[in-house]
Amino acid sequence: AHDFRSRNDDSEDTELRFVTCQSLWNQIKSETEQIQEDLNKQLLDNLVSFLSRSHSEFQEKTTEWTCRMKFREIPTAALVLGVNVTDHDLTFRGLADVLQDNVTPYVALLEAKDCPGIKNLMQKLMGQLMNCDIDEDSLEDEDCVQVSQNKIRCSMSSLISWYESVTKKTDSETPSKKRNSSSRHWQSPPVVVIFKDMESFTTKVLQDFLVISSQHIHELPLVLIFGIATSPMIIHRLLPHSVSSLLCIELFQSLSCKEHLSTIIDKLLLTSQFPFKLGGKVLQVLINIFLYHDFSVQNFIKGFQLCIVEHFYSQPLSVLCCQLVDLKKRVYSLAHDQCENIRRLPSFRRYVEKQESGKQIELLTNDSFLKEETEKLLKDLHHYHENYVPILRCLHVFTSSLPKYPLGKQIRELHCACLENRVWETEEYESSLQLARMLNKTDLVTMLQQCVEILMSSSGKEFDKTVQKLKEFLTQFQNLEAEASQERDVSVSSQKELQKKTDLYHLQKTLLELKESRRSKKLTKFEVLRFEVVDYIDSLVRKYLVPADDRTLHEIMYFNAATVLRGHLNAAPRTALHTALNNPHWYLKNQALKCDGGGISNKAPDICIVYKLHLECGRLINLVDWLEAFSTVVMAAEEPNADAASSDQVDDIIHARFIRAVSELELLGFIKPSKQKTDHVARLTWGGC
Amino acid sequence: MPNLEHPAYPAADLLHLESLVPCRESQVSMLLSIFGERQQFSLPSIFIYGHTSSGKTYVMQTLLTTLQLPHVFVNCVEYFTSRLLLEEILTQLQSSSSGTEQTCPVHCDTLNDFVRLFKQAVASRELQDQTLYIVLDRAEQLREMEANILPAFLRLQELTDRNVTVVLLSEIVWELFRPNVGCFEPFTMYFPDYSIGHLQKILSQNHPPEYSADFYSAYINILLGVFYMVCRDLKELQHLAALNFAKYCEPVVRGEANERDTRKLWKNIEPHLKKAMQTVYLREISSSQWERLQHDGGEPGQLKGLSAHTHVELPYYSKFLLIAAYLASYNPVRTDKRFFLKHHGKIRKTNFMKKHEKTSNHLLGPKPFPLDRLLAILYSIVDNRVAPTANIFSQITSLVTLQLLSMVGQNDQLDGPRYKCTVSLDFIRAIAR
Repeated sequence: AHDFRSRNDDSEDTELRFVTCQSLWNQIKSETEQIQEDLNKQLLDNLVSFLSRSHSEFQEKTTEWTCRMKFREIPTAALVLGVNVTDHDLTFRGLADVLQDNVTPYVALLEAKDCPGIKNLMQKLMGQLMNCDIDEDSLEDEDCVQVSQNKIRCSMSSLISWYESVTKKTDSETPSKKRNSSSRHWQSPPVVVIFKDMESFTTKVLQDFLVISSQHIHELPLVLIFGIATSPMIIHRLLPHSVSSLLCIELFQSLSCKEHLSTIIDKLLLTSQFPFKLGGKVLQVLINIFLYHDFSVQNFIKGFQLCIVEHFYSQPLSVLCCQLVDLKKRVYSLAHDQCENIRRLPSFRRYVEKQESGKQIELLTNDSFLKEETEKLLKDLHHYHENYVPILRCLHVFTSSLPKYPLGKQIRELHCACLENRVWETEEYESSLQLARMLNKTDLVTMLQQCVEILMSSSGKEFDKTVQKLKEFLTQFQNLEAEASQERDVSVSSQKELQKKTDLYHLQKTLLELKESRRSKKLTKFEVLRFEVVDYIDSLVRKYLVPADDRTLHEIMYFNAATVLRGHLNAAPRTALHTALNNPHWYLKNQALKCDGGGISNKAPDICIVYKLHLECGRLINLVDWLEAFSTVVMAAEEPNADAASSDQVDDIIHARFIRAVSELELLGFIKPSKQKTDHVARLTWGGC
Repeated sequence: MPNLEHPAYPAADLLHLESLVPCRESQVSMLLSIFGERQQFSLPSIFIYGHTSSGKTYVMQTLLTTLQLPHVFVNCVEYFTSRLLLEEILTQLQSSSSGTEQTCPVHCDTLNDFVRLFKQAVASRELQDQTLYIVLDRAEQLREMEANILPAFLRLQELTDRNVTVVLLSEIVWELFRPNVGCFEPFTMYFPDYSIGHLQKILSQNHPPEYSADFYSAYINILLGVFYMVCRDLKELQHLAALNFAKYCEPVVRGEANERDTRKLWKNIEPHLKKAMQTVYLREISSSQWERLQHDGGEPGQLKGLSAHTHVELPYYSKFLLIAAYLASYNPVRTDKRFFLKHHGKIRKTNFMKKHEKTSNHLLGPKPFPLDRLLAILYSIVDNRVAPTANIFSQITSLVTLQLLSMVGQNDQLDGPRYKCTVSLDFIRAIAR
C-alpha cells in the first residue's frame, strides 16, 4: 500500500504525501511505544523486585535452621496477561529486555509450539541460554568456547556445568572494566525461564521439567515466569499437587486490556497533537473489532495505521493534513488540479453555496483566492480541534457520573456520539441533561472544579472567559452555603416563634404563611444556580462539539471510509467466496456475466455453474443428476448448432469440465465424497440460494 | 540394641547408618543381607517400591554412601532418553574412577555399546572384586524408552558378566512394569508408608538448636494433629513445620508463655495452622508470601489466593461462542430444534424425555459437536446478525489454544472439525452474567 508513486503522476503531490504519512506514522508509533512502556512499568518493577528477592537466600548462603529444613521451592511468577494473546509478545519482549538490563543476562523465552517434548524444551532452553552468553562475551573475550548446540548433551547436568563455568568466569575477572559491566547483575544471577503460553504446554512436559529443575535448584538458581492468558487456576489444572508443591508461586496481574485501550485512545485520538483524525464510523469499526473479537490493543494500533496509510493513499488532498506550521507553505504550493480537487469536496461545495454570489464566483474560478480561503478554513479546523477535546472532557466529567450512563461510561463512547451527529439533538443527551439538573451540590462543585482544571491545562486560548464563568459559579455556590446557614437561622427563629404562639388564630396564620413561602420557594437559589450551570454547559457543547462532518474541508483530516476498513480488517471469507461463485460479475467485471436474479448464465466459469446448481440440492447430491443439469446449462449456448441433440451421451469435454469443476469445489471445502452412497457427494455447507 | 548386624561392615558405620535412617531398620537390614559382603555377587536386580516419600531414595543413598559401596545414582526423569541415561551412567562411572575431569564425552547410542563400554569402565576401575550398584530412581520412566532397556537392565549382571546389581526405585508396583514378552523377574521389596508415630519421630529429630527437643516435639505433635488427615508426605510436612515454627515460638519469645505452657501455645498456633492448610498447603499463596505475612503480622485474608482470580474477561463474541459451545456439548442434538427454533412443533412427550435427561447430562461430561452446530447455535443466541467473518473463526481457534474448548480428533480441517467444551457450569454462569 506504500506504493504511492505507481498510480499517480506528481500533480497530486504523491511524494509529499508519502513523506507526510511516514513521518506522521513514526510519530504515532513512538508515542504508542512510550505509552505502552509507561503502562507496563509498574508490572515490570514488581517482577524485577520479585526476582531479586527470590534467590536472595541462596546468595547469602545462610545456614540457618529454617532454611536448611525448608524445602527449596522454585520461585515462580504467575503472570496473568488477559486473553489478548497477540499483545503478549510485546510485553514479553519488554520484560526480557528489562531483565537483561537489570537482573540477569540469562533469560530464555519458551513457546509451547517449540516444545512438544521435554527433549525439545531442553534443547531450546540450552540453545537460548548459551547463545545469550556468547553474545554478551564475544565483545569482551574472543576465545570463549563456541558451543554448538548439536554437540552438547541436552541434559540438566551440562546446563549446570555451563552455569558454573560462566559464573566462575565472571567472578575471576578482575579488571575494573569488567567489574563494571557485571555489577549490574549479581554475583550469581538467576536463570529466568519464561513460559510464554502456559495453557498450550502439555502437562507431561511441564511436569518433567519442573521435577528435574527442582532437583537442581541448589546448583542452578532458576526462576520461572508463567505467562497465563486465562486465569491462574490453570496451574492447578495442569499440574498435580505433587508437582505444584515444588513451586513457590506469586501472582502478578497486568493492566486490563480495556484500560490499556482507553489510555491509547486518550493519548492518540483525543489530542490535537496529530492532524490526522478518525471519523466516527471508522472509530466505531475499530472499537467494535476490539470489543467483539480480539481485545488486542496491538491490532487496534495496526488498524489505526491502516487508516493512516489508506487516507494518505486515497485522498489527494491529504497533503494538507499536516501541522499548522507547514500549512501555509503547502497550501500555496498547490497545483491547479489540486485546487479543482478542493472544489470537488462536498463539504466545500456546501460552504460555497452559502456564500454570496460574488464570492462564489471568486472561489470557483480564482485559484489564489481559493488558497487563501482554504488556509483560513483549515486554521479554523485546527482551532476547532483544540477546543473540541477539552470541552469533550468536561462533558464527560458530567455524563460519566450520571446514573445508568445515558451517554456512555467511557469517553470514547461520548467521542463517537459527538462525531456521529449533533449530540445535543439526541435523546440520550436530553435525558442526561435532565439527570444533571438533579445532581446534588457537592457533586456539582467537584465536577465544576474538575472542568476548571481541564480547561486551565488545555492550550486553547478561548477558554479564559469560560474558566472565569465557571469560577464565578463556584464562588456563587460558596456564597450559597453561607446564605443557607443564615436562612436556616431564620427558619429556626420562625419555628421558635411558632412555639411561642399560643393563640389559635395566630398559629393558623403563621402556618399558612409558612406553607405559602415554601410553595413559592420551590426553586431555591441553589436550584436556580444549578439550572444556570447546566444551561451553560449545554451552550458550551452546542458551540464546540459540532460534529466534524459539518465542518468545511473535514475530508482533508478525517478518514471516513468505514466500509473499506471493515473489508480489510474484518474479512468474511465465506461471504466473499459465495459472492465470487454466485455472482462472478462482482469480481470479474465482465459485462457478459451480468445476470439478473436466480438465472444461471452459461458464460460463467464452470465452477460457478456447478456451485449454483449444487445450491439447489439437499445434503446429498447425486452426481449423475448434477452432471446432466450442468450439461444442460452449458449446452444452452450452443443450442443453435446442436446437431447431435438426440444423443443421450454427454460430450466428453463437458464431462471433463464437470469433473474438474466438482473437484475444485471439493478443494474449496464445499463438498466431500460420501460413504453412504457411492455415486453421491455430501454438502458441507448449509443454506440454499 | 542395634538391629543392624553384618560381619562385613564395621559396627561403628552400622550404628551411624542406623541413626540416619530411623524407622527403616528392617528394610536396611534386609538390603544388607541381600547385598552380602563387598566382593560377593548379589541379586542381579532389585525392585523397590513404595508410596511417595516413603524413604526409598533417601535410604538407598545413605546406605550406599555411608558404607562406601561403589555406586551410580541416576534419576530417570532427568535423563529422559535412553541415550542420555546410558551416557550418564558411564560418565558417573568414569569420573568416580579416575577422580579427575572426564577425559572425553562418552558416546553411547545402543545397549550393545553400553555393555562394551561398561566392561571397559569397570575394568579400568579395578572393581572386579566389589559389587557395583546402579540405582535407577523413578524407574517407571524406563517403560517409555525403547523396549529393550528395561529387560536389559534387569539382567545386566548376566549380560556384562560383571559383579553388578541394578536397583530400581519406583512408586508403582512391579506388575505394571512387566513387559508382555516376559523378562527376568527382579527381587521386589516394599517400603510401607510411615505411620503417624514414625512421622512424629522423624520430624522431631531435626529440632532447631535454640529450642529443646521436647518443645519441638510438642510442636510437631500439634502440627501432625492438624495436617495428618490431608498430608502424609514427609517432605511437605517438614516444609510446613519449618514455615510455621516461628509463629509457634512467638509467645515464648515475647515472654507470654514458657516452653512448657503447651495449652497456651496450642491455642495460639492451631487456627494459624488451619489457615495454612487452606492456603499454603494448596499453594494458593506461596510460602514466601506466607512468611512475609507472618512477619508483618497481617491477616491472610488480605492476600487473595490463586483460585480467587477465576474471572476471565473475554471479547463479546468469544463469550457467546463459549456459551454456544457449552450448550452444544451438554444438550442432545434432538433438543436443538425445540430450544433454538422459533416455530418448533408441538412439544410432545416432554415429561418422558426430561426424566431421562436430567439425571445424566452433567455427569456424562461434554460431548463433541461439529463446527456447524456451534455456529448455528451462535446465530440463534446472539440478538443481532453475526457475519461469519474470519475473526469469528480465529476466535474459535484461540479458544482452543486457551483450553476453553478442545478439538476432538485431530483430523483434517476440511473434514468438519469437532469440538468439546471443557469449562464448567460455574464458569459459563460467570461469563453469561
